[in-house]
Amino acid sequence: MAERQRLRTRGPGRFVTRAIVTAYLFLLVAWPLWLVAQNTFADGFDNLRGILDDPDVVHALQLTVVVAVVAVVINTVFGVGISILIVRYRFPGRRLLNALLDVPLSVSPIVVGLALVLVYGGRSGWFGPGLEDAGLQVIFATPGIILATTFVALPLVIREVVPVLEEIGTEQEQAAQSLGATAAQTFRRITLPAIRWGVTYGVVLSLARSLGEFGAVKVVSGNVLGETRTATLVVEEKYLNFDQGGAYATAFLLALVAVACIVVVSIIRPKEEPR
Amino acid sequence: MSEAAAGTVRRRRPPATTAGGRLTRVSGLGLGVAMLWFSLLVLIPLAAVVATAVAGGWDGFWRAVTNDQTAAAIQLTVGTALLVTVVNVVMGTLIAWVLVRDRFAGQRALEVLIDVPFALPTIVAGLVLLSLYGPDSPLGLDVANSRAAVFLAFLFVTLPFVVRTVQPVLAELDREVEEAAASLGASRFTTFRRIILPALAPAIAAGAALSFARGVSEYGSLVLLSGNLPMQTEVTSVRILSSIENDNLDNAAAVATVLLAISFAVIVALDVIQRRVGRRG
Repeated sequence: MAERQRLRTRGPGRFVTRAIVTAYLFLLVAWPLWLVAQNTFADGFDNLRGILDDPDVVHALQLTVVVAVVAVVINTVFGVGISILIVRYRFPGRRLLNALLDVPLSVSPIVVGLALVLVYGGRSGWFGPGLEDAGLQVIFATPGIILATTFVALPLVIREVVPVLEEIGTEQEQAAQSLGATAAQTFRRITLPAIRWGVTYGVVLSLARSLGEFGAVKVVSGNVLGETRTATLVVEEKYLNFDQGGAYATAFLLALVAVACIVVVSIIRPKEEPR
Repeated sequence: MSEAAAGTVRRRRPPATTAGGRLTRVSGLGLGVAMLWFSLLVLIPLAAVVATAVAGGWDGFWRAVTNDQTAAAIQLTVGTALLVTVVNVVMGTLIAWVLVRDRFAGQRALEVLIDVPFALPTIVAGLVLLSLYGPDSPLGLDVANSRAAVFLAFLFVTLPFVVRTVQPVLAELDREVEEAAASLGASRFTTFRRIILPALAPAIAAGAALSFARGVSEYGSLVLLSGNLPMQTEVTSVRILSSIENDNLDNAAAVATVLLAISFAVIVALDVIQRRVGRRG
């Protein structure tokens, strides 16, 4: 209560800063976001029905979901594994690896796409021709889209799990081991329950990021209608072909999922804090 | 307080090994598999970009990078990213301040809004901004196909970075020091400048670096918004893409190497900042 009192006595500057921040966020984020919803429903449900009746759009949505789920599974397994290795073990190059794991966050998606084409491209890539001879086409096919999506979302699970692992320490794990638990039992019964919220946030954020990847996918997918076109590519194509209704409706669906992911994380996160 | 993407945006410290365990046979195998995957997915492809740029020789690299249109694109990208970073340092710190030190109805909603640019697909971000600042703007503000559009798009996608790095540091700041300063007669401004700002500086710097890196590498939100006019609103990523589409991978790799060098510099800068903070305790 004293805290509250003191805050309240702070002068009128408080209202000025509050107003500036609210107006800034309203103009930059809230209002534009609202307008997309408004444009989507300008003709009632026609726009949404229009895209959901279009088999190519439905295929694109399905492809996006499949790619995102595969990418999230890969990144979760890899992310939890590498987080445990980095926090719990010492090996040469640990610090360098830790720095390198953040690289995907600051690389341009176009550069990500280019990098994958240079290695896995079917004609002149380093490994591409060999893989194609073995019957696996990566670039301009679904595996390439999965690689690109996995690349851009790679650090998200790690960034959520590492701080939690550091915080919980090793006492319980050591106790379990001294009582005869195997490594697998310790992981399943002690470590995993302790990091489950960190993993959950990581998964939700990775999912949002994976569903929405655009630049890297554009380079590696070839954007073939009904085959390798994803939802974000549909938004671009519809808008450039003057189908604004379709573009807004597809964008609305993507935005809905993204906002839902953030709200879910912001609702579950505080429950863990007062622990 | 909800900090949805806080962990993702906040730079994590170099982790302390809690056990300091040596690798066992199983964990060694796990590390091997993880490194193999990470190499195939990230390290080898990025090395291929640099290798392709180098293979073209220094002359080819220099010609690709100093081409008028490319140089203009790099200049626009870096210049706008710097400008946006300055705005973010001021606005991001102010937003973090209001979120931590103020209490009012609707604050949770603002928290969620901060993270929207992080989770929203970039192409959707472009469309979102176009609906308020495009040809059909209800405000009568049409910035589409201008340099202001590039600025606006960068401002949108980099919004969370400074806020989310400053917020946790500000929340942990000891209020007693501020009260002591005030009781010794320091004005509000002096207290802010001498007590609060120095404590926040490393977090602000880290957020600024992240926001700069994100701005420089931005692509998706510009596609619909900036029109990609050569010499005017074309950013570096768009230049690289048009090289790829013209099947000129050497050129694309050369320009991409410039972007990679910038990201690398930012990562190194972050590491230095973090270490300095770590040393201070």
